[in-house]
Amino acid sequence: MSRIQETFARLMSEQRKALVPFITAGDPDGDSTLPLLRALVAGGADIIEIGVPFSDPMADGPTIQRASERALAKGMTLPRVLSIAKEFRSENSQTPLVLMGYANPVEAYGRERFAKDAKSSGIDGILTVDYPPEECGEFAEILKRVGLDPIFLLAPTSTERRFSQVASLGSGYIYYVSLKGVTGAGNLDLDEVTSRIPSIRAKVGMPVAVGFGIRDGSSAARIASVADAVVIGSRIIEEIENSPNDQAVGRVQALVQGIRSAMDAGQQS
Amino acid sequence: MQTAYQFPDAQGHFGQYGGVFVSETLIPALDELRDAYSKAQNDPSFIAEFQYDLKHYVGRPSPVYHAKRWSGLLGGAQIYLKREDLNHTGAHKINNCIGQAILARRMGKPRVIAETGAGQHGVATATIAARYGLECVVYMGSEDVKRQAANVYRMKLLGATVVPVESGSKTLKDALNEAMRDWVTNVANTFYIIGTVAGPHPYPMMVRDFQSVIGDECKVQLPEMIGRQPDAVIACVGGGSNAMGIFYPYINTSNVRLIGVEAAGHGIESGKHSASLTAGRPGVLHGNRTYLLQDENGQIIETHSISAGLDYPGVGPEHAWLKDSGRAEYVTVTDDEALGAFHDLCRIEGIIPALESSHALAYAARLAPSLDKNKALLVNLSGRGDKDMHTVAEKSGLVF
Repeated sequence: MSRIQETFARLMSEQRKALVPFITAGDPDGDSTLPLLRALVAGGADIIEIGVPFSDPMADGPTIQRASERALAKGMTLPRVLSIAKEFRSENSQTPLVLMGYANPVEAYGRERFAKDAKSSGIDGILTVDYPPEECGEFAEILKRVGLDPIFLLAPTSTERRFSQVASLGSGYIYYVSLKGVTGAGNLDLDEVTSRIPSIRAKVGMPVAVGFGIRDGSSAARIASVADAVVIGSRIIEEIENSPNDQAVGRVQALVQGIRSAMDAGQQS
Repeated sequence: MQTAYQFPDAQGHFGQYGGVFVSETLIPALDELRDAYSKAQNDPSFIAEFQYDLKHYVGRPSPVYHAKRWSGLLGGAQIYLKREDLNHTGAHKINNCIGQAILARRMGKPRVIAETGAGQHGVATATIAARYGLECVVYMGSEDVKRQAANVYRMKLLGATVVPVESGSKTLKDALNEAMRDWVTNVANTFYIIGTVAGPHPYPMMVRDFQSVIGDECKVQLPEMIGRQPDAVIACVGGGSNAMGIFYPYINTSNVRLIGVEAAGHGIESGKHSASLTAGRPGVLHGNRTYLLQDENGQIIETHSISAGLDYPGVGPEHAWLKDSGRAEYVTVTDDEALGAFHDLCRIEGIIPALESSHALAYAARLAPSLDKNKALLVNLSGRGDKDMHTVAEKSGLVF
């Protein structure tokens, strides 16, 4: 059982839902990333998605674009992300780490070598935004061979045929993009999302995480009432962006704690 | 007998290049587009509508012109120019825009969006949107908005909204990113008119098909003029749509050399260039796998060319395939060489070429003297140079 699967199994036995925060590695600088990862865990994160910055983040809205630009300006690279993960893993053996990013840095690193090094750095899952199932068969096999979970996206517009493609290629969990558009967009239709989750879970046969557009405790709690995991990205990046550097870690922890409490309270009610 | 060339495959691959490297959110939109295009391709009424507008609105067929005086001065092969500069809006871009706009209308999409660098594709899209009564939004890097004020005004005159893009390097590649983001968000009512043979499948194939009218005409015109096909076809390559348009019909004619000319900017060794095929490595950007200018960590690097239309860090995936397979050759020409050819064509033939096309002209001028006088070089004169007045004047120390 992978660390991601263990996490979902444990949460299920505790009747709790996973909180999955996202940060971009190297934002606002390389030294902040490890303290931020610790703060996310202290705030109640169950799984952490780490964004690998890319020069052309086509699927991201302005908030995560700016985080990528800040990180690249400070010299963040894929090898450095892996070394930060390794350091985190040396002090935390429980919290799964998922790398989320774009294909080109992975291709430049070499796909086989990336899979091997990610695994040995303590990474658990890989979500490559611009490797949809049709371009990811071989890469998913490479990841699975070394024991990494390939994580795939599904969208409100995804067809039935894609559910089965994703179910056969992916493992760990499915990331359901809760609205049309890019990361950080507004206008989340909670009713639409909550009505679709049960059938998606039944079709893909793995936990469903929901992200895009979730900004506070109450929307997180609503999503948690039906989904297995709640992903929060842009809202955390904004907190980092709007805090003086020495306060970002504390504020991010408080934000995550607030969302955690709302989700747990929602589960009990 | 050569086996017929049949690319891309059903998944949009040209060998290892091309494909559909996009986020899940765009997959349904691309599926819808692929199905609609595949229906249109076999629909006589679509083809008739496209050809009608190419003839009556664009002014096709564009002539082939024998640059006799220039050829004589160069002292070698004869140079023939395919006059895409004479098209309505002044470049080859309009051919593709008409095809995609007709498709948008058939798909019931009332809004079209486009990315643009120098503004030529933006102007062509705004033009056809006006002609068909479609809402039009053009994304343009804020650096390019500053450099290309006249084209921004043209688009506005034609009723388009121009959105300056502030992210990344604030140029063409960032405009493309932003247009993709708009499309993801507004996919229900929006058609994305990509201007070159890049992007995810089916764009590289579809844009090539619409542009191949250029080469189809040449294949008829050259035998009429000289009794045979040319010895080589030469075209500039940024994204590569004018080159694919003139190359494609010649791919199975194996005795015709196909030569793509990339922008070497200040010189390949300076690092300030846009020569993805010559100096790049394969990678994934903007929905396809192709040659890219990137650093050792896979980040896309900033490019340079005197011609904004060639200033792009990637290249259409079919060119990547034609390079690897050896069917086409790719060479480079610097800013200064392109400017030289620009001035020569102005003074010797009375034609002001676009700086993009001047790269192809410069290579023809380099090649011609080494060939016999009865050899024929066909150069795609893909656009006219009116838009480049400021750039050229500035290089000569003038400001107006």
